[in-house]
Amino acid sequence: MIETRGLRKSFVSRQGREKKTVEAVRGVDLTVAEGEIFGFLGPNGAGKTTTLRMLATLIVPDDGSATIAGADLRADPGEVRRRIGYVAQGGSTWDDSTAREELVLQARLYGASKSDALARAARVLEGFQLTEYADRKCKTYSGGQRRRVDIALGIIHEPKVVFLDEPTTGLDPQSRAHMWDEIRRLRAEGMTVFITTHYLDEADALCDRISIMDNGEIVASGTPAELKREISGDVVRVGLPVDAVPAAVQALTSYKTETYEDNVRLYVEDGAVAIPQILRALDAAGVPLGTVELHRPSLDDVFLTKTGRSLRES
Amino acid sequence: MKLLRDTSLIFNRQMQLLLRNPVWILVGVFQPVMYLLLFAPLLKPALQVPTNAEAYEIFVPGLLVLLAIFGGLFQGFGLIAELRAGVIERSRVTPVSRLALLLGRSLRDVVSLIAQAVIITLLALVFDLRVFVPNLLLAYLMLALISLMTSALSYGVALVVKSEDALAPLMNTVAQPVLLLSGILLPLTYAPGWLQGVADWNPFSWAVNGTRALFRGDLGAPDVWQGLLIMAVLAVVAVGWAAREFARSVR
Ligand SMILES: Nc1ncnc2c1ncn2[C@@H]1O[C@H](COP(=O)(O)OP(=O)(O)O)[C@@H](O)[C@H]1O
Ligand SMILES: [Mg+2]
Repeated sequence: MIETRGLRKSFVSRQGREKKTVEAVRGVDLTVAEGEIFGFLGPNGAGKTTTLRMLATLIVPDDGSATIAGADLRADPGEVRRRIGYVAQGGSTWDDSTAREELVLQARLYGASKSDALARAARVLEGFQLTEYADRKCKTYSGGQRRRVDIALGIIHEPKVVFLDEPTTGLDPQSRAHMWDEIRRLRAEGMTVFITTHYLDEADALCDRISIMDNGEIVASGTPAELKREISGDVVRVGLPVDAVPAAVQALTSYKTETYEDNVRLYVEDGAVAIPQILRALDAAGVPLGTVELHRPSLDDVFLTKTGRSLRES
Repeated sequence: MKLLRDTSLIFNRQMQLLLRNPVWILVGVFQPVMYLLLFAPLLKPALQVPTNAEAYEIFVPGLLVLLAIFGGLFQGFGLIAELRAGVIERSRVTPVSRLALLLGRSLRDVVSLIAQAVIITLLALVFDLRVFVPNLLLAYLMLALISLMTSALSYGVALVVKSEDALAPLMNTVAQPVLLLSGILLPLTYAPGWLQGVADWNPFSWAVNGTRALFRGDLGAPDVWQGLLIMAVLAVVAVGWAAREFARSVR
């Protein structure tokens, strides 16, 4: 459904006299299958939005090629526009318009007749449970409602592919769960959904396949389960009193560790074997213990092994 | 066909939003009316014309041209708000014509300017202004061209600079010399020769001379067709440029 080869984009920004080149996206190859929820996971500034904007014909790539829903991005951007929907990270509704007005206009911009546009608007309002608010101004909506309007606007013309840039950023947990259901519904209706996110749990729970992006490049791709399996071994999480963390790190230098505020994570071959050794080492150093847990690796651990940094911190 | 359809879609939305906030129309009329009531009476003695009617014949066209220029130049601010809200980006992923994105907005600006102009003209009738209807319609055409040009220019610049902080000083820098060097508020008849020479290079000076000729009833004056032609050419150039900015990538 989507296939890209070597997509690149750099920006030149001026700071006073100096020109600085930012390589936002440096050669992205990816393949998205029909009917899946595909996720781009990466920290802020990784180049997710820039890649999406290229695929949505909003900016022209410096290099590389892409085919989206059968249309060639470079040769026929107009056809790409007709076949995709795109929902920007920052929202897209006007304070003084109502959701229905926005939806009708959007459908008409895609070529629908007036009566068809009205019918489509009514249908998606119903689908997104917005009918009740449809004729109120957008500025009166809650964050979750407004985000649902954004997504309804992106799919009003029933595109084959829809790009959702950080659809749940800034939403409260309940609205997020609601949004996940909406996104799954789009998949059930046959759409291919391409989302970006910097939430690990979202990538893990919602996406059929993901690509992890960092610094303009894809560092790993696969299903969440596959990616986690690639990391051999276990993660031992040792919970500690906050002031005991430095001493614990001292005592555990022979392990591969990652330090957090009130816990230390150790990457080991076999948790069952390592835990007694770890406890002994901490005991010998006189470190007071809180809790010890054994984990299978998470996507954050995947990110850590690929980039040397934790996604939580970046 | 598609251009026409898309333009009317954008235009209708913009008009709908404008009419939802009629306060702006009142504000837009209030100021010029104040000029008409409080500034114009000084003109009869200042211009040394025998009647009020003649003073208004000189002043009203200038005032209308002034409104067309300033009204247009400051439309870019609304566009920056739309950029920020993501409305423009949302339109740009649809197959809508990029020229329609501009024309729909600029035509709204033209319509609201003409509405202002009509109100002001009607009011000036009370002060003994008399003007032939065909001449008046041609004068409105001139105003429409000016407003189309300045609003397109303002939209284009807004798309390039993308921030109010940059747009405001830029538009003021353009507007001030244009205003001072065009004889808009007072005709340059009494100006020193060098000032008149400079004003000849100011296209708005031609526009205002043409509009004054029309209000004077002097349809045959070369000022009229010259002003209309200059404004038409500039409007086409500004619209073409600004539509290309809509087509180019916008953050
Ligand atoms: N229009 C632009 N001009 C200059 N730099 C940009 C522009 N857009 C994005 N960037 C830079 O490109 C990099 C990637 O940004 P982005 O694609 O927005 O990342 P993400 O969506 O993953 O947070 C960042 O360093 C960002 O500052
Ligand atoms: Mg982003």
